[in-house]
Amino acid sequence: MSVLVNENTRILVQGFGRAGQFHAEQCIAYGSKVVAGVTPGKGGQEALGVPIFNTVSEAIEATGANASMVFVPPPGAADALLEAFDAEIPLVVCITEGIPASDMVIVNDVLKNSSSRLVGPNCPGVISPGTCKMGIMPGKIHMPGKVGVVSRSGTLTYEVVGQLTAMNIGQSTCIGIGGDPIIGTNFVDALTLFQEDPGTEAIMMIGEIGGNAEETAAAFIKANVTKPVAAFIAGATAPPGRRMGHAGAIISGGKGTAADKQEALEAAGIAVAPSPAEMASTLAKLL
Amino acid sequence: MKIHEYQAKEILRSYGVPTPRGDVAYTPDEAKEVAEKLGGRVVVKAQIHAGGRGKGGGVKLGSGADEARELADQILGMTLVTHQTGPEGRLVKRVLVEEVLPIAREIYLGMTLDRATGKSVFMASSEGGMEIEEVAAKAPDLILKEIVEPAVGLAAYQARRMAFKMGIEGDAFKAAVKAMMALSKAYTATDATMLEINPFVITEDGGAVALDAKMDIDDNALFRHADYVKLRDLEEEDPLETDAIDHGLNYIKLDGTVGCMVNGAGLAMATMDIIQYAGGSPANFLDVGGGANADQIKNGFRIILSDPNVKVIMINIFGGILRVDVLAQGVIAAAKELDIKVPIVLRLEGTKVDEGRKLLEESGIDFTLAADMKEAAEKAVAAAAA
Repeated sequence: MSVLVNENTRILVQGFGRAGQFHAEQCIAYGSKVVAGVTPGKGGQEALGVPIFNTVSEAIEATGANASMVFVPPPGAADALLEAFDAEIPLVVCITEGIPASDMVIVNDVLKNSSSRLVGPNCPGVISPGTCKMGIMPGKIHMPGKVGVVSRSGTLTYEVVGQLTAMNIGQSTCIGIGGDPIIGTNFVDALTLFQEDPGTEAIMMIGEIGGNAEETAAAFIKANVTKPVAAFIAGATAPPGRRMGHAGAIISGGKGTAADKQEALEAAGIAVAPSPAEMASTLAKLL
Repeated sequence: MKIHEYQAKEILRSYGVPTPRGDVAYTPDEAKEVAEKLGGRVVVKAQIHAGGRGKGGGVKLGSGADEARELADQILGMTLVTHQTGPEGRLVKRVLVEEVLPIAREIYLGMTLDRATGKSVFMASSEGGMEIEEVAAKAPDLILKEIVEPAVGLAAYQARRMAFKMGIEGDAFKAAVKAMMALSKAYTATDATMLEINPFVITEDGGAVALDAKMDIDDNALFRHADYVKLRDLEEEDPLETDAIDHGLNYIKLDGTVGCMVNGAGLAMATMDIIQYAGGSPANFLDVGGGANADQIKNGFRIILSDPNVKVIMINIFGGILRVDVLAQGVIAAAKELDIKVPIVLRLEGTKVDEGRKLLEESGIDFTLAADMKEAAEKAVAAAAA
């Protein structure tokens, strides 16, 4: 069992250019069903044996696609997301990094009144090991199992998954929610999915400095999540006022520090890993 | 991208926000010229990308053009130290010379992104002149907030609500409401991520004026604001950080001794954390991006090594689909070309790990290999202490 993506997920790729095709190929090799590409003006062509369409709605109609993976570069990314929502595709995973915040304000506003769920932007995507990889993560480090992973980071997610798999602890679904200040699916949304998923028995949550999503998640877990949760917060050594790579990773006005987040999580009874080397072992103790 | 006060005011004026009359000056003579045009008393303000300039001695009042020249002479070339510059301070190269207004009261106005709602938030406080963080800590009730609907902008009723609550009256009320709406419009149109007017002043003659202006523009939106590129003041930025950006890297200098090079921002932060956990201190944050090609690795080495405090370099790359043998070739080539003298500890994960290790071992360079990030951090910290 898993959340968001499974063997019934039929992926269309928006922005089916060099990067989009490279990663689509990896997804296909993993066993994911990539059924369409969308690149305006290239409708009727084909790549990787996958038909290309001019619009998202045409692609859905012709192929029954039910999820869109977006690689459109920042200037056109918001427009691509709006098109996906308009086509009422149930799941949109946006990999693109560097979308202007003001574009995401508009995207977020439209998203709220749409039937789509957005994961990202600026994220590695979603994978349900063994059934569907919809993103840019390395498939082979994953292993099917019962731990749900949710993270704001990309490579740090690979690190925790690598640790889990090395300990023979499989994953139900790994969700990269993205490192931007405005994202479609937040910790609480992902935690809700995992709590409701019978195939998920424990949850690994990877946060980082900036904002207060981890504090909100801590309160939510305390009130609503009965499954064991372990967490790690990156950025204990990050200097205040500096943006640490991710647009959302910044301690501003003394708010959003790793210490505050760790404290909130611990106060909610969540096991917090003391170092990034001990993420999986902290979770293992709860199983 | 941070911009100077005078640049922010120029932008705000174009959107209808009243600001004091004035102009930028690079020399004392230019300052005198500006003051002559303005006539009367003037204020001379150091232009650096940091707050707290007044307390640091970077803002001074003069009675006229000759004094403006004198004050500019004092301020230009001074190293201004404020709570935001760090102890090393900033060299002042530009001043803003402005008219002095008859101030009746000072308030705070600001706008930024509200992560919780995913919308912009407009903030106002009757406690003008105070740091907003200080107000937030001492008297959060004094900060008024209005969530701005993206399709509408700051609505008139929202601006009125804040102005009423702050007790602004008479002619100034109308002027303040108009200015607040213009500020919101400017914020959105310029792709700002932060706008702070502290203080925003009500003048004795019923005017409402942005006396100061602090503005950050979204780097991710610069592609559609070609005209803002000229506003960037490279002298206000760390040359190493600028160098890194030019090579597709993200570098932030810290004050430790363990240099680190990592792919991905989250893992880069976690690597800094584990260096500290192992008893050392990170010399930098460096994200070489998801790809990490040979050229990026070479530039990464070069930038890390321009920091004389670096005693060891720890490379932590979780390549995933990247090939470790290709990464190893990049590391070897860069280490040879740059003749690196400090120890290098490597943790490389990805496909073809064994081939990669073999290449590193046979390279003749004294690399230390580690199986995971914990071992890498421990070895790097030990090498830094040796």
